[in-house]
Amino acid sequence: MISTATTVLTEAAHGGHVPVVDPGSAGSLALPLVLVIALPALGATVLLLGGRRTDRFGHLLGTATVAGSFICSLVLFFAILGRDAAHRQVSLDLWTWFSSGRWTVELGLLYDPLSALFLLLITGVGSLIHVYSIGYMAHDERRRRFFAYLNLFVAAMLMLVLASDYVGVFLGWEGVGLASYLLIGFWQYKPSAAAAAKKAFVINRVGDIGLALGIGLIFTTFGTTSFSKVSQLTSAASAGVMTAIGLLLLLAACGKSAQFPLQTWLLDAMEGPTPVSALIHAATMVTAGVYLIVRSQFIFEYTADARLAVSIIGTITLLMGAWIGCAKDDIKKVLAGSTMSQIGYMVLASGLGVAGYAFAIFHLLTHGFFKANMFLGAGSVMHGMDDDVNMRHYGALRKAMPVTFLTFTMGYLAIIGFPGFAGFWSKDKIIETALAQNPALGICALIGAGVTGFYMTRLMLLTFFTEKRWEPGVHPHESPKVMTVPLIVLAALSVLGGLLLLNDWIVTFLAPVTGAAPHEEPPLPAIVISLLAVLVVAVGVALAWFLIGKRDVPREAPAKVSVFTAAGRNDLYGDAFNDLVIVEPGKSFTGGLATFDRSTVDGGFTGTASALAGLSGRLRLAQNGFVRSYALSLLAGAALVLLALVVVNLG
Amino acid sequence: MNVPWLTLLLLLPIIGSLVLTIMPARPGSALPKQIAIAFSVLTLALGVALAVGYDAGGGYQFTENTTWIKLFGAHYSLGVDGMGLTLVLLTVILTPVVMVASWNDGDTGRWGAKGFFAWILALEGLSVGVFAATDVFLFYVFFEATLIPVYFLVAGYGGPNRVRAAVKFLLFSLAGGLVMLASVIGLYVESAKTSGGPTYLISELADLDFGTSVGRWMFVGFFIAFAIKAPMFPVHTWLPDTTESATPGTSVLLVSVLDKIGTFGMIRFCLELFPEASRWATPAIVVLAIISILYGAIMAIGSNNIPRLIAYTSVSHFGFIVLGIFVMNSQGLSGANLYMFNHGLSTAALFLITGFMISRRGSALISDYGGVEKVAPVLAGLFLVAGLSSLSLPGLAPFVSELLVIVGAFVYTPWAAAFAVPATVLAAIYILWMYQRTMTGPVREGVIGMRDLNVREVSALAPLLLLIIVLGFFPKPLLDVINPSVEHTMSEVGLSDPQPNVTEAEVAK
Repeated sequence: MISTATTVLTEAAHGGHVPVVDPGSAGSLALPLVLVIALPALGATVLLLGGRRTDRFGHLLGTATVAGSFICSLVLFFAILGRDAAHRQVSLDLWTWFSSGRWTVELGLLYDPLSALFLLLITGVGSLIHVYSIGYMAHDERRRRFFAYLNLFVAAMLMLVLASDYVGVFLGWEGVGLASYLLIGFWQYKPSAAAAAKKAFVINRVGDIGLALGIGLIFTTFGTTSFSKVSQLTSAASAGVMTAIGLLLLLAACGKSAQFPLQTWLLDAMEGPTPVSALIHAATMVTAGVYLIVRSQFIFEYTADARLAVSIIGTITLLMGAWIGCAKDDIKKVLAGSTMSQIGYMVLASGLGVAGYAFAIFHLLTHGFFKANMFLGAGSVMHGMDDDVNMRHYGALRKAMPVTFLTFTMGYLAIIGFPGFAGFWSKDKIIETALAQNPALGICALIGAGVTGFYMTRLMLLTFFTEKRWEPGVHPHESPKVMTVPLIVLAALSVLGGLLLLNDWIVTFLAPVTGAAPHEEPPLPAIVISLLAVLVVAVGVALAWFLIGKRDVPREAPAKVSVFTAAGRNDLYGDAFNDLVIVEPGKSFTGGLATFDRSTVDGGFTGTASALAGLSGRLRLAQNGFVRSYALSLLAGAALVLLALVVVNLG
Repeated sequence: MNVPWLTLLLLLPIIGSLVLTIMPARPGSALPKQIAIAFSVLTLALGVALAVGYDAGGGYQFTENTTWIKLFGAHYSLGVDGMGLTLVLLTVILTPVVMVASWNDGDTGRWGAKGFFAWILALEGLSVGVFAATDVFLFYVFFEATLIPVYFLVAGYGGPNRVRAAVKFLLFSLAGGLVMLASVIGLYVESAKTSGGPTYLISELADLDFGTSVGRWMFVGFFIAFAIKAPMFPVHTWLPDTTESATPGTSVLLVSVLDKIGTFGMIRFCLELFPEASRWATPAIVVLAIISILYGAIMAIGSNNIPRLIAYTSVSHFGFIVLGIFVMNSQGLSGANLYMFNHGLSTAALFLITGFMISRRGSALISDYGGVEKVAPVLAGLFLVAGLSSLSLPGLAPFVSELLVIVGAFVYTPWAAAFAVPATVLAAIYILWMYQRTMTGPVREGVIGMRDLNVREVSALAPLLLLIIVLGFFPKPLLDVINPSVEHTMSEVGLSDPQPNVTEAEVAK
């Protein structure tokens, strides 16, 4: 039974309509809604507590729980698809998490078109990556634990996108951070992996400052942190407060989504096993920042300043990521730079307001398909190359690994925006919307598309074309079926993902959450912009062909390179900056404080004590029993008092 | 019949302690340990029964009141409200856990295992007394009496510098107690002036108005004693020294239980007896609390000695508790109350797990470890869970309390929250860096062949970790008794929460 769920519309500052979160009760959807999280959570619990007994079937159980979760997601999706648009938001309060004074936080789930799409992405791509991992991790003695962590991740990610309260989001938010920490450091006997894991967690915590303070400001402003209540109040709040909340949420998004200036952890995160990079550091977790911004549209719609900041951060990051992608020789790091860049596109789009939210999510989904496809493809390549990640040691692999090659090519065509492929539709829409609203950012996005064409073509050429540069003793081979089948499915999605835009389906579907955009005329006809984008990409591709495809590729990275390449290789000096400005001063400050604690703070007391003791000439006595005898007399006194107490009580 | 339940609860472990003291010493006999465990489990059962019987409506319950020293107005008066009840519960939960975990730690000590367990039981009884006392004089007696068992536990059982550490602990505590004594006497003098004659009953003292300057002086006396106990910057230096030398079990009882007397006292006495002075001192104490939060966290990052590191994390966490108390709103106070319990659990787990590890390797220095996860995965896994709870990961108990304090601080002033929150980043550094250096990387020489945790050790930790996880998702049982107690404190101090800036009425406009 659906209660009075209607989409209440209020007037926004800019004259559009800002939808309010006003869900009906979950009714018959309660069971699948609970199961969707409970299954992977249960999987993780069994595999972690079960210990070695579950080694034998751990990978199967882990995969089955996520597949079950996917089925629940499908059930939920089709259930709301059958309803009219006004009745597609449902919620389910599990129990009151905590309350104090006027603040009550329900541990509740909110299912609406936005979370519906995320559920399908997380559990769908998640299932494929679980299947793939059965093969990829087959020879790892800690495979069961790997699947436990993957399950934990899926459960936390689902919590993140289903929570009905900012504090509930926080639970999922740090939950995925924990899973990411555990999985980046999965091979923790490698000091580099352990260090990368810690770095990711700590930098994410810097972003979480934004979420914690954002929750503080939301509560003091509205007296609640639940989406539905906050969304009904934001129209009456002052613009300054809305901007402050928006910027705090942006800080949180920067941490989780590796946006400038908190981007440095993502490249290091490639220390984790490749399925982890595909699932967590490409398709799902790193897009949580985009989710947070789109989910908080009822805040961002009232602050043009915060939206502009979001767009600018997105644009900076999309260019930075693309730049880094051009300079790396490590195949995973190229893809990581590319992920930064593509999420930059999504963040840019989400900053464009009601016209951009749906396209941010659209690109998020297509990126989820083609980037997971390419990361898994890279894993398949590494599998055949004895875990070598250096593309300078690849070359001509298209014959040795035909399936990997073909599927990877689909991902490649999708990401560069080859007409008809998924990325073409989604990136094109972002560039178009950006050009209409803010030509400067739009042009940057267009340039980014060209650079994407360059670095992805470079990756393709170095890996699958050009001549063999294999290490001696390496015999590339195609991966087993359990790994290639997920690749084929993801490749199909990379080709067909654009269908989501058919008849503006995704825009209409998301409208109850994101609002419907008033039609804006782009500065140029849409078809001209598309052609322009294709042209720019073609220039990038051609450039790569002439610079890499037509030349010999040295097996050793050239040492003498341009400042641009050098900067790109060094992640644009993000780490160097952090070391210089934060880590090194921090270390000396910590050391200085330790000295201060010992000599000044503690010294102040012990010094006074010694002086007093010296004065009375009883230092020796004080150390050899004076205090102990004092304590004994104290004990005797206390005992007497207690005795007196008992006596009085009896009397 | 009116059963003096709280008296029974505090006498039970003390009787156990006396039994152990009287019984003949037989070297190698496990009997004293078994008797001690039996008494602590009985106490736990009684404590849990009281908690179940506590009416969530609030107020002091299980009250007992007998005039003790008429001349002073001192009463033997006991009773627990929500805050007292949670701390009594914490005490009775942690004591058996510590006993199981420290099964062998007393064997080589000065007074043997028998003495070790006897002192622990004595400490348990006196701690219950501290949290249940509703008379200032009685509280003071218990407060000072707890120093004795701790002194002997540190001085008799621990590392090479244990005597020095015990003396330092004692001197700091006695100094604080002395300052408090002045205020306690002050209360007598002031209450004697009233028509009702001298009294030490909190319920009667709370109704008195001491006048601005006298009230502030007495407030300062109490506050200094509690700040030393809690411990806050700059009077914290005794804590790292003590935990470095004490056995892990002693450190748990000291940091998780006894130090709570400081923050408990701040609410019970500073706030409720001297509301005017509390409001007057708030800005200074908030600043001091924030310094403690950041200072403790940075010192923890710089520590190479594991028990010292944990002690400094506690300085930081106690900073959060004090911050929550003195921002004086519902979220801050509820958060602080809950934090006291949760910090007790997470710190206990951390002390005990690292204690197991240190006893195997024979070194407390982080730099002596590496790759432990490879040889002792269960130890490493539980260590990580305890560490994550210490850094307040959502889903584990301390998160809710820390978030409540942060939001409470935000309600007080956004600046307080903004300065306190970076400590969550520092917490991630001190915990995960310690984990990285001890557990990950190649297996170091002294770590090769390290045994994983045995059944006894895991079963000592299991209840703690279980509580940490359950209370992370379902802190309601605790908050149900804490919230009425917070409302009581708020009304005693004359506080009310500020209205949110935007309400539904404004939207309607």
